Amino acid sequence: MKIQAVLAGWCALTAIAGASAVYAEVNIGVSLSATGPAASLGIPEKNTFALLPTIIDGQKVNYIVLDDASDTTTAVKNTKKLIAENKVDVIVGSTITPNSLAMIDIAAEAETPMISMAAGARIIEPMDVKRAWVFKTPQNDAQMATAIVEHMTNNNVNTVAYIGFADAYGEGWWNEFSKIAEVRKIKVIANERFNRADTSVTGQILKILSAKPDAVLIGGSGTPAALPQKSLKEKGYKGTIYQTHGVANADFLRVCGKDCEGTLLPAGPVLVAAQLPDSNPIKKVALEYVSKYEAAHGKGSVSTFGAHAWDAGKLLSNAISQVLKKGLQPGTAEFRKALRAALEGTQNLIGAHGVFNLSAQDHLGFDQRARVMVKIEGGDWKLVK
Amino acid sequence: MDLQIALLLAQDGVTNGAIYALLALALVLVFAVTRVIFIPQGEFVAFGALTLASLQAGKLPGTLWLVFGMGVAITAIEVALALNERHLRRIPLIVLFNCGLPLLLAGFLFAVSPATLPLPVQVCLALILVVPLGPMIHRLAYQPIAEASVLVLLIVSVAVHVTLVGLGLFFFGAEGSRTPAFTDNSFEIGDALLQGQTLLVVVCSIVLIIALYFFFERTIYGKALRATAMNRTGARLMGISATLAGRLSFTLAALIGAFSGILISPITTIYYDSGFLIGLKGFVGAIVGGLASYPVAAAGAILVGLLESYSSFWASAFKEVIVFTLIIPVLLWRSLTTRRIEEED
Repeated sequence: MKIQAVLAGWCALTAIAGASAVYAEVNIGVSLSATGPAASLGIPEKNTFALLPTIIDGQKVNYIVLDDASDTTTAVKNTKKLIAENKVDVIVGSTITPNSLAMIDIAAEAETPMISMAAGARIIEPMDVKRAWVFKTPQNDAQMATAIVEHMTNNNVNTVAYIGFADAYGEGWWNEFSKIAEVRKIKVIANERFNRADTSVTGQILKILSAKPDAVLIGGSGTPAALPQKSLKEKGYKGTIYQTHGVANADFLRVCGKDCEGTLLPAGPVLVAAQLPDSNPIKKVALEYVSKYEAAHGKGSVSTFGAHAWDAGKLLSNAISQVLKKGLQPGTAEFRKALRAALEGTQNLIGAHGVFNLSAQDHLGFDQRARVMVKIEGGDWKLVK
Repeated sequence: MDLQIALLLAQDGVTNGAIYALLALALVLVFAVTRVIFIPQGEFVAFGALTLASLQAGKLPGTLWLVFGMGVAITAIEVALALNERHLRRIPLIVLFNCGLPLLLAGFLFAVSPATLPLPVQVCLALILVVPLGPMIHRLAYQPIAEASVLVLLIVSVAVHVTLVGLGLFFFGAEGSRTPAFTDNSFEIGDALLQGQTLLVVVCSIVLIIALYFFFERTIYGKALRATAMNRTGARLMGISATLAGRLSFTLAALIGAFSGILISPITTIYYDSGFLIGLKGFVGAIVGGLASYPVAAAGAILVGLLESYSSFWASAFKEVIVFTLIIPVLLWRSLTTRRIEEED
């Protein structure tokens, strides 16, 4: 009995000692989707956290990275764990919109700032008491959809068919795109869905072809978005094909091959960093990320998704160094509150995807510089001037 | 919808249905012989296709390490058993068979560059890498609990499935792959263009089904499997080893799965987790056949393929709903018409 009591006491003591040692360091909790359906987005993000600075202004920074398996429940569980057990000062995550939305309540309740790496505008809109704690780094879908519609109107596209994922991504794009297209007088004449793991989309493609659209927009992410495109080409479709920024990785080019020649998509400038004019301030930051990532993971391995994590790191190191200058202690409520305010006050911060100018109403803060139109030519991404 | 679209949809449905039919047959076979509802069946499809793709990309497929790792695990178990029973003379053979052969294979893959080999050789290599997984999974996961209830076997199946999907992500990455077509020929039939590869899928499936028929009707091993499926105890009394029958059925299931994967990977992109959905649709087909009848299971799988194809034209958002709802009337009809036979021993 006595030994047990001593042991328990010793354990408690080391726990306190350990905890106080941890308190002196900044803890960043990360929950991302490194496995499951969103793995192709989550893996480059996970790799990117290994490249982020571990010391900011002489203060040690810990990244605690957890995998949520693209599952909403796990994302919530991870967030609770990071807050309760690791006493993190900020949460980064998750990779996809449904998970991020579910994490908002927990982060806001614990008064911990959260930076999402998912695209959905609903994560930060409409701004309310809870969302005051929430930020995000990827461009909103609406921003990207506007770029596509603009390109369509400039190139005399009058009728468009849409085929997208039968999930939140495909639905989100359909909502944004159909809204903007209607305003710009583009007729959307077909609306089809397919699944990530489908082995055939012949039915949907035949229906689209019988509607004879000027262009087709494919709302999918990663290599699964290549299937409708290959089927369209196989059935002899001659019109323009648009993809979304979800396909911007090297694997898509590998799987789609010559069937993707001439495809257009909106993307973050990091995808074509080397082709940006030297006057563009984003070029330097984007190239820095690309070279760091490729040095660690091999040439051509970089994707735009990892750059969202890089931008989250940029936002954080900028804000953390401001808060540290005020002499606040990491691990306290005051530190988190100040961190939130510092994030919200970010001005003219250049990331790999754009220039951040945040405000109390806009927790993303990107402008037109955060997107470019890209064409696939000769099996590579080419900036459309 | 005009006639041409209807024909194209039918062609697409039959092609997919042929693959589902092969998987349905494998599921029926494994269930009849071992009472295992083999959920990981689809994983062989993904592993077969992705192993071939990584061979063609000049990478060493992760499947090799899986075969080797499982070989080591089996060796450990078998050697421990042999020591226990004082059958020391068996040990060299066990080590050679379970560790030596995978090492030999690894050495071969290191020595030659698989990317430069002709396609048929690559296909054979992929099959040699994936098919042993079948009997190995049987040895490690199912043989120790061969007498357990169907429910326990099902739970183990789920565990094996989840493990294999995780390993698939680790080996092949999150993004999918395609392999080049076996043939670039295409034929004009009326207005419709028939791709050579599509035809190949259907022809290969039919040939494989006929080969299976002859295997069951004409060979001693096939008859042994049928006997085990009909009456496990009776077959054992006749000297047919249940373990051997189980191992054989798992080998066949792995062969059918891996071959289906290699057949369809030129038509569609295969991901580390595609196998599950493909296998599930084969399962719907097998359910139509009551997990017992081969011809009805194959017909059911073709029906699933056609239903999928036509519903993706009419209501693409509800395609999976329509396909999987098929199972409800089928189950209803089966439970009303068949006499319930308890065979839990």
